[in-house]
Amino acid sequence: MATNTSVAERDSRRSTAQRSAQTAESAIRPPVDIFEDGDGITLLADMAGVSKERLNLRVDGNSLVLEGDMQFELPQQAEALYADVHATRYRRSFALSRELEADKIEANLKDGVLTVRIPKRAALRPRKIEVRG
Amino acid sequence: MFGSLTRFENSLFDEFWRLQQQMDELFGGGTGGIRSLPRGSFPAINVGHTPEKVDVYLFAPGIDPKQLDIAIQQSLLTIAGKRDIPISEKAAYYRQERFSGEFRRVISLPEDVDPERVEAKYRDGIVQITVHRRESAKPRQIEIH
Repeated sequence: MATNTSVAERDSRRSTAQRSAQTAESAIRPPVDIFEDGDGITLLADMAGVSKERLNLRVDGNSLVLEGDMQFELPQQAEALYADVHATRYRRSFALSRELEADKIEANLKDGVLTVRIPKRAALRPRKIEVRG
Repeated sequence: MFGSLTRFENSLFDEFWRLQQQMDELFGGGTGGIRSLPRGSFPAINVGHTPEKVDVYLFAPGIDPKQLDIAIQQSLLTIAGKRDIPISEKAAYYRQERFSGEFRRVISLPEDVDPERVEAKYRDGIVQITVHRRESAKPRQIEIH
């Protein structure tokens, strides 16, 4: 299983460097579940406060990039009493591998949960080999 | 993991962050509330206030709001619920970072909130609970005759 890690995370050192090179804009790294079955890979990400209009899901080179801006009603003169969340933007990216069909990715966003389905090329799906005897 | 949270963004939550820092200093070097939970707990909570009301935001994506139990006793707000994430038996998991299970958070609101006037709504995974404050608590302009 470990040898077949089709979605390898790449937002560790590289993008930390990128981020610090860019402006000091902070982004929340959304928690994800990633699993693989015979037909492809499914990714679920928690992105509370992001609507379809403010979601930016794209394939950039061989990276799958998740970005979104959260929006919620905040009264004009509101002051904070307490805050766990200090940024209003989500960002995380994953490297795709060649056996995945990047142009057939399907996504769905509901109640702040993004579901991304990345199918494998048909030729590379595991086939059950019958043993005749 | 929380390194990115320490950087500032030019948004309203900068203000949240700055105020929290000030409050931490004010109350003695980062002494947390006795009911506060460690960072990264589910659901994350922000609380903002104006003279008229207190708004509590719960970052709770993928929950059924009907399953959420929101209760207020005087100025103590309790939110309990659960988020069940079904596990696919046939699939191989690489990451399971999303919270699954029951949760409960208790927040102490300002003393002057009116427990009779509370509204809650759910949108895009954020629960917003608005608690109005008592009239007498609002700052009043006093005229000199």
